[in-house]
Amino acid sequence: MEHIPILKVGEFLLVSIQVDMHDRLAMTLQDDLTTKLVATRAKGVLIDISSLEMVDSFIGRMLGHMAAMAGVLGAEAVVVGMQPAVAITIVELGMELTGVRTALSVDKGMALLRTLVDEDSFTLNPVS
Amino acid sequence: MIFTKSKTLALRSEEEIVLVRQATRSWMVEQRFTLVAQTKMMTATSELARNAVVYGGGGSARLELLEESGRVGIRVQIEDRGPGIADLEQAMTDHFTSGQGLGLGLGGSKRLVDEFEIWSEPGKGTRVSITWWK
Repeated sequence: MEHIPILKVGEFLLVSIQVDMHDRLAMTLQDDLTTKLVATRAKGVLIDISSLEMVDSFIGRMLGHMAAMAGVLGAEAVVVGMQPAVAITIVELGMELTGVRTALSVDKGMALLRTLVDEDSFTLNPVS
Repeated sequence: MIFTKSKTLALRSEEEIVLVRQATRSWMVEQRFTLVAQTKMMTATSELARNAVVYGGGGSARLELLEESGRVGIRVQIEDRGPGIADLEQAMTDHFTSGQGLGLGLGGSKRLVDEFEIWSEPGKGTRVSITWWK
């Protein structure tokens, strides 16, 4: 069975989608990500979509689900690298990607993840 | 209008949705359509192809390369023999969905392309034609 690789980088997971996914592959990725989040107790997930030539409503919904699942499992998710033409298209399509945090590049995404995770730990363990 | 090239692809599975949208893109790359045009047309094709597979029980996609008064165009016609759509006007509104989708398929696809036409007959099927002119 085909899988999209999920790499562990420090306390984060990195998913780089390099192929045009058919629907089942996208669903498999969602399952794999939740399994990996639980197994590694990662605090954040970076989803790189810079190779994606399009994001249709199915893939958009999948990105939303992955962000939501990460949230439920105590991790932050950031989608990075969306191509400008893809951004224009999803806005005109009417997709809102509610709840999906985005950043322009992997570097900026990593920085955002770090900030979010630090904020989380501050909220969870307030210094008294 | 001259048809300079055409091709019909089967549309029965998720894998074939990918093949159809990739074929659309590669024809547009060949004809040097802009990247935004490629992306919009490919996305609209994907939405409509998924409708045909998921709700229409499969069908086919016909790609056509057109030429009219010196302009090049690409047309994708997606056809299925599914249940058809009784109320087209309702089906075209955003967030209308008969299944588990976001309901952006028809209305959203229409916004992405230059020309959009739809024919549907309950019990017979649906055909959607989208065109982009360079």
